[in-house]
Amino acid sequence: MAVSTPQRSAEAAVEALGSSRRRVARERRFAGLLVVSTAVAVAVLAVLLIDILLDGAGRLNWQFLTSYPSRRAEQTGILAGLTGTASLMVLVAAMAFPLGVGAAIYLEEFAPDNRFTRLMEVNISNLAGVPSIVYGLLGAAVFVYILGMGRSLISGAATLTLLILPVIIVAGRESLRAVPRALRDAGLALGATRWQVTRREILPLAMPGIFTGTILALSRAIGETAPILLVGALASTRFSNEPWNLLERFSALPITIYGFVTRPQAEFKEEASAAAIIVLMVVLLIMNSIAIVLRNRAQRSL
Amino acid sequence: MSTDTTQRRWMGDTGQPVSLQSTRSRTGERIIVGLLWLCGAISILTTVGLILVLFIDASAFFREVSIFRFFTDTRWQPFGGLENGHFGVLPLLMGTLLVTAIAIVVAVPLGISSAIYLADYAPRRVRKVLKPTLEILAGVPTIVLGFFAATFMTPVLRAIFGQTVDIYNAASAGIVMGIMIVPTIASLSEDAMSAVPRGLRESAYGLGATKRHVATRVVFPAALSGIVAAVILGIGRAIGETMIVAIAAGNQPSLTFNPFSQIQTMTAYIVQAVAGEAPRGSLTYQSIFAIGALLFLMTFTLNFIAARVVRRFREVY
Repeated sequence: MAVSTPQRSAEAAVEALGSSRRRVARERRFAGLLVVSTAVAVAVLAVLLIDILLDGAGRLNWQFLTSYPSRRAEQTGILAGLTGTASLMVLVAAMAFPLGVGAAIYLEEFAPDNRFTRLMEVNISNLAGVPSIVYGLLGAAVFVYILGMGRSLISGAATLTLLILPVIIVAGRESLRAVPRALRDAGLALGATRWQVTRREILPLAMPGIFTGTILALSRAIGETAPILLVGALASTRFSNEPWNLLERFSALPITIYGFVTRPQAEFKEEASAAAIIVLMVVLLIMNSIAIVLRNRAQRSL
Repeated sequence: MSTDTTQRRWMGDTGQPVSLQSTRSRTGERIIVGLLWLCGAISILTTVGLILVLFIDASAFFREVSIFRFFTDTRWQPFGGLENGHFGVLPLLMGTLLVTAIAIVVAVPLGISSAIYLADYAPRRVRKVLKPTLEILAGVPTIVLGFFAATFMTPVLRAIFGQTVDIYNAASAGIVMGIMIVPTIASLSEDAMSAVPRGLRESAYGLGATKRHVATRVVFPAALSGIVAAVILGIGRAIGETMIVAIAAGNQPSLTFNPFSQIQTMTAYIVQAVAGEAPRGSLTYQSIFAIGALLFLMTFTLNFIAARVVRRFREVY
């Protein structure tokens, strides 16, 4: 490639300079181009939010939040999806948090430097790149059929757990790594075992960061549609989902939205789905705000 | 181990000077480390499970439909059964590639420009707002983007290009998907550009280069490996993306280059087949695993290439 060394390209750059006025104009044009291209993504985000608010705000009311799906647009609601999402959140958090933090602690504090450890590390970064729908296939085969859990709430939660585990592990390792080495050495020098040092010194300091990562991962989980669709989430259940009814069929907000948006009538396709999207986005916004507050607090304390 | 003993050892009030021997792993400690190891091992189990599940059901499919037929038949009509159906993956693959190509055409210029802007141009105040905004964009659930593609982007395209644009079409899904991967490409590319040492920039400025030349001819080539990796990861995300195409691109497998016509991607087929709740062991059920295996192979290869690119072509400063 012609641009082999930065030094040579710098020389070429100097040769390519034209007269100063043209140069200034070109500089401006380039900077302008960068600003415009950056603004495109931001503008689309703004249009997206405004479009959803315009379509959905009028449809959003208490009845909509507390009704089960109905064939009549004016009576339909998202209660099944809302309770399903809440139950999924509880179950996924209960499974993914200990597993993810455990794996992060192992890799960061205990793992010997050997081939198996390296395999684990490479494997985790690979899993992060697997499309979410493929996790759905895994869940459909393993949880629904092989383990006989059926198309149930627990199958959905387990599938989402596997999906976000790599995210939690990576975030957990980062916050563990941010704890100064000197603290570990000090603990060990006082005769504490590795686990005592981890449990009593490192973990408390790393916890806010770990919580932040977990909440962000959870917010990813509850926005996912394809994986739980594959393990049998339903758009039209007419009952609420409680987290202890593990083996019952379930719904979730994204699935409810999918159910609305695939109907031909505009009252569903545009209004009801936009209203449900507003609810989903508000839930995500709350979770992200909590995560950001925790992150700021963590940065201050370290 | 009771907390009481832990407490005493920790406090060092056992009356004895703490011996160095006591740091060797005890039974309780060993059990804990074993449990932690298990947590990590679950990730390996997940991968093993993925590969087994995908390839066992896929191979059941390929016992019925030969791999040759799968890759050469130009029609995908899986619901007609073994006799009347057609099981050529090419239309689905074509659909996926068409949407991905549109997404990349949108995302690469926008993503790389944003990265250059963030790395070398943006004032600190703008950066502080811009980066979280891109994070928000990256966090928008894909079902929401699918809604946006179907109810906003498609009408816009139809207003501009008229009735040649189908109600469901590859273009609106591809454009919205492109916007979706802008944050991925922008943030990874920006990381690579920010990692280019200051000295390189300073020396180019010292030689009289302008800001634009520094950005495009010094920083850009120096960060190229990271940028290429970012683009490859973006392609991987586009290929695996499901809900946008399931909602906005349609369910009609066709071998077409026309961005305005209805298509079906591999992922959208999986969703469509599952919506019919295909019973386990049926040909339809097996076919989604065959498609899933192909999808997994494609994204896995792309991730592998991206990792290699970063390692092989990293500039050594």
